[in-house]
Amino acid sequence: MQRLFIPVLILTAAMFAYSPVAIASAPYESTMLLVQKIFYYHFPAWMALTAAVTVCFVSSGIYLFKGHAWADRLGFAAAEVTVIFGMFGLVSGSVWGRKAWGVWWQWDARLTMAFLLELIFIGYLLVRKYGGPGSEKLAAAMGIFGGATAPFVYKSVDWWRTIHPKTSVMASLGETSPEMWYVVWFCTAIFLMLSGLLLAARMRLETLRAGLDRLYLAAED
Amino acid sequence: MVRRLLTTALSVVLTAAPALALQPPPAPDGFVPIDTLPPTEQLPAGPFLVGAYVFFLLLMMFYLWTIWRRLAKVESEMRELERRTERGQAR
Repeated sequence: MQRLFIPVLILTAAMFAYSPVAIASAPYESTMLLVQKIFYYHFPAWMALTAAVTVCFVSSGIYLFKGHAWADRLGFAAAEVTVIFGMFGLVSGSVWGRKAWGVWWQWDARLTMAFLLELIFIGYLLVRKYGGPGSEKLAAAMGIFGGATAPFVYKSVDWWRTIHPKTSVMASLGETSPEMWYVVWFCTAIFLMLSGLLLAARMRLETLRAGLDRLYLAAED
Repeated sequence: MVRRLLTTALSVVLTAAPALALQPPPAPDGFVPIDTLPPTEQLPAGPFLVGAYVFFLLLMMFYLWTIWRRLAKVESEMRELERRTERGQAR
């Protein structure tokens, strides 16, 4: 894992540097024109969030039912990464909506559910910070609930009437515009690698903190 | 005779209706001024696009800085604790 960190970091940085060129060369969407290019960071941010939520969901389950300390640390790290990507997803969506829909925010199914998902994971972090002893298990339960909410957020545009584009937009993008499809998946690969790097950095912090706790205990003895 | 006239009139109406429906809207007699543009017409997209990307960069830089700061704090605390433990063992 540590051996991979630097090469992946260099690759991610290089791809990030190239991403504005790729985005600028992608064709304009016919109705939204320039502002639609927010999509090339907006969608990948939600994909990175989905990856982090999945990690948090699985590791929370492992911690809750098996009690492995590493799973707790991984769940905590993933929850923080989820909040960061969720924050960017909500803000970039809001900025896009202001131009495309004329409003900063709309309380429709997709936006409201995405907002609730973000709140669940902010709640997770607050429980970890202020919950005191035993908060790990409560936070792990929140991680499982947060993970269970994610599929509803994804399918909300198909199940309910919303102003947000449907999931079919991505399904048909490869046929309607291969150039757009290539750029969006290029950016998604960057965001997934960034998500992995942030997760590794956060995990290292949690591992060091666990080591510090052990040192304190040893010093007291 | 009356029946034939009615049939002819009905045919004319039915034929004319789609033709009338296909007519373009009447040309305006004059321009109608409005005080404000619709919201989507008055906003240039550039600042929104740049704003979204700049926000992402700032958010990432801030988050990386917080990770780096927390790591540095834990590492210095560990060093201090190890130093104290070594001093204690030496006594």
